Amino acid sequence: MKKLEVIIRPEKLEAVRQAMEAVGYPGITLTEAEGHGKQKGMTQQWRGETYCVPFLPKMKLEIVIADADLEKMIQAVTKAARTGAVGDGKIFVSDIRDVVRIRTGERGEQAI
Amino acid sequence: MTRMHRWKRWNDWGRAIILGVFAASLVLPLAAQAEDRAPDPSGANTGTAIDVPAATGGAPTLGEVAAQVGHNKVAINMMWTLVTGFLVMFMQAGFAMVETGLTRAKNVAHTMAMNFMIYPLGMLGFYLCGFAFMFGGLGAIGTMGGYAGLNHEVTIHLFGKSFGLFGMNGFLLSGQYDVAVFALFLFQMVFMDTTATIPTGAMAERWKYLSFFIYGWFVGTILYPIYGNWVWGGGWLAMLGQNFGLGHGHVDFAGSSVVHLTGGVIGLVGAWVLGPRIGKYNKDGSPNAIPGHSIPMAIIGTFILAFGWFGFNPGSTLAGTDLRIAVVAVNTMLASATGAVAAMLWMWMVRSNKPDPSMMCNGMLAGLVAITAPCAFVNSGNACLIGLIAGVLVVEAVYFIERVLKIDDPVGAISVHGVNGAWGVLSLGLFADGTYGDGWNGVAGTVKGLFYGDGGQLVAECIGVLANVVYIGAVSFVVFKLIEAVVGNRVHPSVEINGLDVPEMGVPGYVGIKLDKHSETPLPVLMPVGAGEPQAAGR
Repeated sequence: MKKLEVIIRPEKLEAVRQAMEAVGYPGITLTEAEGHGKQKGMTQQWRGETYCVPFLPKMKLEIVIADADLEKMIQAVTKAARTGAVGDGKIFVSDIRDVVRIRTGERGEQAI
Repeated sequence: MTRMHRWKRWNDWGRAIILGVFAASLVLPLAAQAEDRAPDPSGANTGTAIDVPAATGGAPTLGEVAAQVGHNKVAINMMWTLVTGFLVMFMQAGFAMVETGLTRAKNVAHTMAMNFMIYPLGMLGFYLCGFAFMFGGLGAIGTMGGYAGLNHEVTIHLFGKSFGLFGMNGFLLSGQYDVAVFALFLFQMVFMDTTATIPTGAMAERWKYLSFFIYGWFVGTILYPIYGNWVWGGGWLAMLGQNFGLGHGHVDFAGSSVVHLTGGVIGLVGAWVLGPRIGKYNKDGSPNAIPGHSIPMAIIGTFILAFGWFGFNPGSTLAGTDLRIAVVAVNTMLASATGAVAAMLWMWMVRSNKPDPSMMCNGMLAGLVAITAPCAFVNSGNACLIGLIAGVLVVEAVYFIERVLKIDDPVGAISVHGVNGAWGVLSLGLFADGTYGDGWNGVAGTVKGLFYGDGGQLVAECIGVLANVVYIGAVSFVVFKLIEAVVGNRVHPSVEINGLDVPEMGVPGYVGIKLDKHSETPLPVLMPVGAGEPQAAGR
């Protein structure tokens, strides 16, 4: 099983969510996050003083999928989230040791 | 018949007769009126000669009519004074909104509490002795019936002239239980409270509530009223005309100097004594932005203040029958508009590249502050000009105070009220056009400024500004130093960084709302000193 941490622009949330659902994974955990990679922060002004807010708003989605669906999911998410401009985001893939469905106690891939 | 039986019969008859007379007295007048008045939907027939108290109902003599006319005139004036006073009271809400909107979310309970509590504190101090110091020697209250019991002014005599210093009648309004005095007290009290709340903006986000509380007693008792007596209570600044031929003396129609300059100077001294907020200035002296948490609050607060100003300025005639109120109101309104637009354009095109919302607000308020003194004495074109200059002036003053003087004023109170309060009275000395003010401060003729033939008026205004800065500056400095010695003025740095609400007030202003990093102190500029305590400048 693989865990995907997907960091995207906030306005892409609905598109990515629908893409994940289309692949077959309607279950998502969403965090509102701030961050930046190479993208510089936002410049704001207050009473004539310019200041830089280095962190930009992003959405972080976490999803756990079966190994077999990994490439399909990456393609779908990337297609939905991409604009081509700096700041589109990242997908971090990690291995998951186990998954438990709390309601029934199922373990492993059937619990996803 | 027994004696008791006879008594009972007399008693019964007596009661029946009394009851009968009583019933008749109810019914007969109704019967008499029954044919006079049909319902009156248009109002054209309501209010007639019958309503004038007369020996012969419905046929008053000339004397009886004259008495009613006089009473009505005073009634109009008193109603005007009271209702405009109520409008000015509502400005307390405006100040609270503006100041809280322009400061951080972690301090809202504290900022709001100061703006709330200053209203009763100032009022009670004014009731205790402030009103007596300010108006104890006023003389006759001409527009509201002429009661002249406020007749004790402490005066010194120099160079053969009288210099009124302060009054001594009316402590706790005792001995002055008169309707005109009461109306005057209410009206003047809400003006005093406007001054009182100005420094809370300049000193927000690091002022200890206990220190503020003590200050609150001083502002209504001695700070505001003494200078107020000099200008409005018949004191020496008002007498500069009679004594030295300087125009009509220091003239200030609704309080650019008495109210706003005073508040601005107290704020300047207080903010300077307190020192800047942690994180405001870098080691090289360059300032950092500390954004306020609610633009909507600031905007709504500004509108509330602009609305209240329709009480502040026109109300200062103390007479609804003085129809100059129409000119005063329009001048006030126009100056607020040009102030706002000028400040916005100045920010947008000259100083930065964005039309900053908080500066728009400061601009409107600056225009209002500046027009407060001259509003009764200038034409509409000059009112627009005065407001326009105020709008540019407030922006430049904000930059100057922040970057050159390096005094941290979170809301621009010093720039709005101090700087433009001075500009307001000076503009009167320039633009007063001689269409109003005959006999002002006991000097014959209407009030004129330099551009309309009276340079002495400008000199009197300058003296008034100087006297304000010196007196208010010195006394507020002493007050803040006194408080520093007894309880301290500034909160502990850790309190300031985490937010004043819980340590000072016991409760967060916003419960259930997660505050984000914009409510935090700018981190890169913290300089750990010793065991991780950031340094905070305080004098």
